[in-house]
Amino acid sequence: MSQDSAASQSGRPGARPGRPVGRRTGSEWGRRFVEGGLLHGGVQGSPVLRLLLRWVRRPLLPVIRLWRRNIQLRIVVTTLLMSLGVVLLLGFVVIGQVRNGLLEAKVKASQSQAVGGFTVAGQRADSAASAGGGDDNSGTGNSPVQNVSGWMSDLVESLSSGGQGAFDVVTLGTTAVDNDNRGLGPRASGGVDPSQSVPAALRKRVESGTGVSQSYTRIVYTDSRSPQPALIIGKQVNDPNGDPYQLYYLFPLTQEEKSLSLVRTTLATAGLFVVVLLGAIAWLVVRQVVAPVRMAAGIAERLSAGRLQERMKVTGEDDIARLGEAFNKMAQNLQLKIQQLEELSRMQRRFVSDVSHELRTPLTTVRMAADVIHEARVDFDPVTARSAELLADQLDRFESLLADLLEISRFDAGAAALEAEPIDLRDVVRRVVSGAEPLAERKGTRIRVVGDQQPVVAEADARRVERVLRNLVVNAVEHGEGEDVVVKLAAAGGAVAVAVRDYGVGLKPGEATRVFSRFWRADPARARTTGGTGLGLSIALEDARLHGGWLQAWGEPGGGSQFRLTLPRTADEPLRGAPIPLEPKDSRRNRGLNDAGGSRGAAEKAATVPAAPSYDKVPAPRDPIGPRTAAVTPTADPTALPGNGARVVSRPGGGEQRRDEGTQGPAESGDRPGERDQGEAFRGR
Amino acid sequence: MKGRVLVVDDDTALAEMLGIVLRGEGFEPSFVADGDKALAAFRETKPDLVLLDLMLPGRDGIEVCRLIRAESGVPIVMLTAKSDTVDVVVGLESGADDYIVKPFKPKELVARIRARLRRSEEPAPEQLAIGDLVIDVAGHSVKRDGQSIALTPLEFDLLVALARKPWQVFTREVLLEQVWGYRHAADTRLVNVHVQRLRSKVEKDPERPEIVVTVRGVGYKAGPS
Repeated sequence: MSQDSAASQSGRPGARPGRPVGRRTGSEWGRRFVEGGLLHGGVQGSPVLRLLLRWVRRPLLPVIRLWRRNIQLRIVVTTLLMSLGVVLLLGFVVIGQVRNGLLEAKVKASQSQAVGGFTVAGQRADSAASAGGGDDNSGTGNSPVQNVSGWMSDLVESLSSGGQGAFDVVTLGTTAVDNDNRGLGPRASGGVDPSQSVPAALRKRVESGTGVSQSYTRIVYTDSRSPQPALIIGKQVNDPNGDPYQLYYLFPLTQEEKSLSLVRTTLATAGLFVVVLLGAIAWLVVRQVVAPVRMAAGIAERLSAGRLQERMKVTGEDDIARLGEAFNKMAQNLQLKIQQLEELSRMQRRFVSDVSHELRTPLTTVRMAADVIHEARVDFDPVTARSAELLADQLDRFESLLADLLEISRFDAGAAALEAEPIDLRDVVRRVVSGAEPLAERKGTRIRVVGDQQPVVAEADARRVERVLRNLVVNAVEHGEGEDVVVKLAAAGGAVAVAVRDYGVGLKPGEATRVFSRFWRADPARARTTGGTGLGLSIALEDARLHGGWLQAWGEPGGGSQFRLTLPRTADEPLRGAPIPLEPKDSRRNRGLNDAGGSRGAAEKAATVPAAPSYDKVPAPRDPIGPRTAAVTPTADPTALPGNGARVVSRPGGGEQRRDEGTQGPAESGDRPGERDQGEAFRGR
Repeated sequence: MKGRVLVVDDDTALAEMLGIVLRGEGFEPSFVADGDKALAAFRETKPDLVLLDLMLPGRDGIEVCRLIRAESGVPIVMLTAKSDTVDVVVGLESGADDYIVKPFKPKELVARIRARLRRSEEPAPEQLAIGDLVIDVAGHSVKRDGQSIALTPLEFDLLVALARKPWQVFTREVLLEQVWGYRHAADTRLVNVHVQRLRSKVEKDPERPEIVVTVRGVGYKAGPS
């Protein structure tokens, strides 16, 4: 059927190349549709359409995934599609050429044949007319209609017999006149249906002009033969009576059609082979390139999974081999570096462990000796007794400093291990608060716990969390200037939080991040009056990080500060937010400025605001070096040597308190900034 | 009062200092500096308590601990400079009852030693049942179907503490206070390790304990009898 239509449309050759173009734009549209709509789901329009698309998309998803992931498939399919396009285009051009060639010859031959036929028909009409005229003159009485009818049948017969089946002849009367009465009804040779085989357009053309017109048509037979494509050539001629009628020659194109079909089949077969072969070639070529890439990807995955001895196989000297060599070199260097780092870390850990042991054993002896001497100091003269006190005090400080240093270096070496189990933070807070009570009593501070009606359970290392909280609470008491300290607990979403709020001197802008720096001090010029190693908050920050949690500080000068520990509820869950805001509700900014602080508070607020948001999300990066210059000038300050013989290091738990390694007790007090900053010590409440 | 303490430590200065402190508190210390000789010294002196340094020449402290524990339930307190998780846990698992981290204060050490020796005061005759176990508190014996189970004094104390109040869930902190005598928060790993050791002796299937039941997030309690 397509062959027929192709032949019948040959009058419009411009349509030919247009078809593949049209198909390509169609596929482009389809691709855009698939990518824009099916792949990304970004379909605008009615929900019904969207639902339908989603429904269609679901079974396609594995295919789409394969398409995205498999470069080989993508290249092979692209090659197939493109070569198919090229082959189709070529095929159409070649077929067009062949058909034109074939038809041109046929048309020429047919035209001369038809023109000859028309001449013959004209001559015979003339001769019949002259003969008929003689008959009329002789008065035979034959009706001219009768005569013409018979003559026409003879004419069709004789004209068609000359072609020996190479053509058929059809006559038609003009449409304008009553043909039947004049014997000019349609006639045809070879069983052709005259009225259906002649296209109306051609008929009109023939009727309106005197020249020869031609067209392509399909011969319809009156018997059971199937219709055939044909070239039809027609002309209006006169019958013996001088009435015009139309004579058509129909040249069947069966032979040409057969040849064309043969060419087409051959081309299609060849094209198919070419496409398949190209696909296969593309597959092979791509495989050569992709296989090493896949190998590299697989090995890279195994490398990153820790199997550092994995290498690529390298053969030859081509680009792939260079890739392999470069890859292997990279892997080798990586392995070397990782081994070096592991070695370093191992050495560091061993060093820490050794230092720990080597230092602690003699320190234990010194400690015990000092305590024995200290116990016996009542028997000594005042100078020796005071010396014994100093010795015991400074040994305490030395111990906590050593413990903190070892703990920090353990964090630095990555040797700190988390022992997480579900704990109720209320218990931890209770222990911490009761431990800090003696200190709080001495300072005249009341510690309030808020939010402990509900259990606050999280997977955490109780020892570390307790250390962090003890640090925060003791700091708050030490810097709270005798005001209340509020410990607030909350749990929400995947996080739990403990916030420790004090109403002491607070933090200056920018200090909220720096308080976590090692050995950081608010005012370097100020000598330390309380103990503390300067490492407490650094260790607390590391402890929080080890849990995957946050430790953040907020503060305003004179308005106190709040330290918030946020922990994920389960150990391996990332934190997204905290149930307690970092800036407390009763901060000066939140309450407005209608308090005694007045105009001065306004100025400070402006200074505080820019610093506030910067540490609201993540724990601030600590300064790894920190202002060490401020570290130790302990006993130079006269205030460090109170005349009543009180200890420089205050220790609320007393001597019985068992100390783990690491920071415990109020030893961290020196970490907090702004202490004794009396100039700033107005209260924002 | 029984007060013989065997000090196993290679640091002579520390050992001497320990001796001074222990004598000052009324104990009778004896000393051994070598891990290989520790067991012989232990058999010879029959101490009431062993103070054991973890890092020793010859056999290390863990090994010595295991050997002593294999033949006696005498309280063992480890002296360790390393408070790293692994060291402490390994030490406790090898049979030590308690540990103390260097540097420690003399009072702290003495308090620990006294806490371990405290139980020698004669308890009143008392029979307890926990699960299918029968505990004779005064006789210091635990029996299942007439078969006695050997427990160290510490494990026995732990079991008795749980069995005396079978209705109560004990937090680790409470157990630390009742059994170990800590008045302040201490390392709850002590409880974990010793509960494991106790279970391995008294449970039919330590994987599915029926005597000492874990109450998740809280602590432990005695199983139903």
